[in-house]
Amino acid sequence: MLLEISDLYVHYKSYWYTLKVLNGVWLRLDRGERIGIIGESGSGKTTLLKSILKILPQNGMIPKGEIRYDDKNILKLSSSELTKIRRKEIGMIFQDPMAALNPVFKIRDQLYDILKYKMMTEGHNPSSRELYEEALRIFSDVKLPDPDRVLESYPFQLSGGMRQRVMIAMALISAGKLLLADEPTTNLDVTIQDQILKLIHRLVTQKNLSTILVSHALGMVYQMTDRVYVLYAGDVMEEARTTDLFSQPKHPYTQLLVASTPRLSSVGVGEGIKGKLPDYRNPPAGCRFAPRCPYVMDECINAKPGKIQVNREHIVSCHLYE
Amino acid sequence: MHDVILNVSNLRKYFKTTEGVVRAVDGVSFIVRCGETLALVGESGSGKTTTGHVIMGFYTPDDGKIIYKGIHDLSSPMKKRTLELKRDIQIVFQDPGTSLNPKRMVKDIIALPLLVHKTIEKKRIYDKIAELLDYVGLSEEFMFKYPHELGGGEKQLVAIARALAPQPSFVILDESTSALDVSSQAKVLNTLIKIQKELKLTYLLITHDLGVVRNISQRVMIMYLGKIYEEAPTEEFFKFPMHPYTQMLLSSIPTLSEDDEKIKPKGIESIGEIPSAVKPPTGCRFHTRCPFAKPVCSQQEPPDITVNSGHIVRCWLYG
Amino acid sequence: MQGTSVYEVKFIELEKKIKRENWRRMWFRFKKSKLSILGLSMILALLLMAIFADYVAPYPSHAGLHIAFKNAYKPPSLEHILGTDMYGRDVFSRIIFGFRYAFMMIGLVLSLVAPTGVILGLIAGYYRGTFIETIIVRLSDVFISLPPLVLALSIASILEPNIFNAMMAVSLMWWPWYVKLTYSMTVSLRNEPFILAAESQGASTLHILFKELLPIQLGTILTKVTLDAGWVILIGAAISFVGLGAQPPTPDLGTMVSEYSKYLPEYWWMSLGPAAGIVLIILAFNLLGDGIRDVFAGE
Repeated sequence: MLLEISDLYVHYKSYWYTLKVLNGVWLRLDRGERIGIIGESGSGKTTLLKSILKILPQNGMIPKGEIRYDDKNILKLSSSELTKIRRKEIGMIFQDPMAALNPVFKIRDQLYDILKYKMMTEGHNPSSRELYEEALRIFSDVKLPDPDRVLESYPFQLSGGMRQRVMIAMALISAGKLLLADEPTTNLDVTIQDQILKLIHRLVTQKNLSTILVSHALGMVYQMTDRVYVLYAGDVMEEARTTDLFSQPKHPYTQLLVASTPRLSSVGVGEGIKGKLPDYRNPPAGCRFAPRCPYVMDECINAKPGKIQVNREHIVSCHLYE
Repeated sequence: MHDVILNVSNLRKYFKTTEGVVRAVDGVSFIVRCGETLALVGESGSGKTTTGHVIMGFYTPDDGKIIYKGIHDLSSPMKKRTLELKRDIQIVFQDPGTSLNPKRMVKDIIALPLLVHKTIEKKRIYDKIAELLDYVGLSEEFMFKYPHELGGGEKQLVAIARALAPQPSFVILDESTSALDVSSQAKVLNTLIKIQKELKLTYLLITHDLGVVRNISQRVMIMYLGKIYEEAPTEEFFKFPMHPYTQMLLSSIPTLSEDDEKIKPKGIESIGEIPSAVKPPTGCRFHTRCPFAKPVCSQQEPPDITVNSGHIVRCWLYG
Repeated sequence: MQGTSVYEVKFIELEKKIKRENWRRMWFRFKKSKLSILGLSMILALLLMAIFADYVAPYPSHAGLHIAFKNAYKPPSLEHILGTDMYGRDVFSRIIFGFRYAFMMIGLVLSLVAPTGVILGLIAGYYRGTFIETIIVRLSDVFISLPPLVLALSIASILEPNIFNAMMAVSLMWWPWYVKLTYSMTVSLRNEPFILAAESQGASTLHILFKELLPIQLGTILTKVTLDAGWVILIGAAISFVGLGAQPPTPDLGTMVSEYSKYLPEYWWMSLGPAAGIVLIILAFNLLGDGIRDVFAGE
């Protein structure tokens, strides 16, 4: 078991109120597995990823829960051990390359920094020649054309697709064992998106990386993962093998999500889901999806449902299945 | 009522930038029929948004004609258009977060077109607003809310109610569902479809999302770097995509089911990036990424080839 | 309203209720910071003192011309809280009347300068790329490029020195800042979709300027107005200090600081009083300004 998250709570504190975003999240990931996390924007998917690397913003706190990575509790590690992991073992592709790349530094400077610190952690002090050659190698891995020009450029001088490839390259440097991808293709054209996804797939297979792919785009998760978690408002609603989840969704939320996605092979989308995400300052006491659920019952409002195994490898958190 | 509500011929729009002249729309011709939904599909740099904005009057065309309802010339900028034209042609923008004034209540936002076009007498305005909100599926309490109190889907429904208020005939949907979550998107799509039937509206749907196109439009046009390369009725389009770019687009869509997978063309994969619009490739603009490119493709622009009724491709493969 | 259905009346009532709620919420946001409440109370207190100066000041007649050399140069005591000046006038009473002139100056200058500047800025920003914009912006640029105090003093020295002309001088150097502020905000909002939407629906220019663009900028403008109040006093005091503004015996705070400073350091209480008065007003408006900024900050 490479990663095991149990009963994770994450809150964002401000002067006036607390946002209780993650509400007891559970997740497990084996070596070499590719899992996905789906849910609408604001469900806490990015918060979850950032917790794994412990890069939550200053006002983010973890009052309860455990994140076991490689048999160590990430939340209790010393900062030097955590730094080693961040440099060599876990890499993250962030959602918006314009936000994740520093606009005032050239690509070369940012890339070399990451490479240098990783190599130093391995006890090796690289020369600039070595850094350059490694950069070229990485760029050819992500199929970046014209690597010399890219190294000399600032982020704004590159196209969206190229920026994303640079981000992937940077993430892969640190991703010795685990790759976290947060909406890696938002804002990209669909033809570019396809290339990027195929690239990620190829590299992940090549390096035998475990991956967590987070997205609200169901199609992408269907194509790229073996197992999926459905996250709604900070709660895990369902966990299953990808093919099972999409062909036989059990949780009402999952069912509505899948039904609402327009298809190419048929006409007609579902009715959508009425309402919106709860206010995290005052979230529902019971099941957080209750206010929007078409099958809501009394117990849903009062008590949060537990984990119910409906099938081999298929778990739902819903009172309907108790 | 004319059968053809909009007639665009040889439309060109260029923008001067520091890097050169961007030929955003470079010779685009099409018609839109009354009551239909025509989808204008393309990726970034295709010129589809610019086309929509020229029709709305946010820009004036550099060349070509746009004739509305057979008589009105839409090459005049918005400021110079008659109030009647402003009433009859409406737009729903992509980002509901910026298309509603954050400091105005929903009721004021919807009241504006009603008052400007005197659609309803002042003393009955609340009635009308409640009616419009109900029509898009929002309860009347939404009247007194501010945009920041609404979710993305709800904001977009308000934008749609605002567009419907003056009883237009023609609505441009400028990526109106692209910024929404899939659950809000479904609600908005269903609302749009229902409204179109009941109010006999004509939609020009500008989008990059072929899934949406499949579900709401009757005809599809593909744009690439300022030109139209294929147009067809929707079902025909998904069954027999002819242009290599169309095939590349379709094959790139991440699908959700085996049925959808089967629809995607096999044997073609997405390669390359969209070239600069300042110096577009010569001849067929797609030839730099096309796996089937022939010498003639870089020399001459391909002609219109009619493959089937209503299905036209511009590609040297077929001519 | 004649002919309004019962249904409509319900809506009108509901709207009134919601608007009241919104005001309450704004007040709540303001109340959160104790300092802002302090600022507001200080201003109200000073304002009341200024309005009812005749009743609040222990010696109202001392505000103007009053000579009682027997009582001159008396240090602070129970009868004269801040002592007396060289003519035997009660310093404290004069300061209270001084607040009156201070508020008058703030009121006049800002009510002249803010609306004009804002309207010109809206117009200049909305008509970007036209002749109108160029004229307005370049004109404000000219006024801004002159050092403010020098400008105020030059104007004041041309005109007859009195408090009214001092206010005119301050107004003339102040207006372009409001133009610039509004202009830059308008330019950044000008092409937002909601403005394009309003235009495409045929809204009149007046509507767009005042009902669409202005409401968004109101918070920033109001904050600036309150923070400016302190500066207006300061500049006004500077003008009076060099003798170009209110003339003695007018109990203007700046004039008083100037007059009485000649008697430092033995008769320290004389200039300390009015100076403290100036500081008090500026502090109060700054605290209020912070509060106003917080009210609009969340939006």
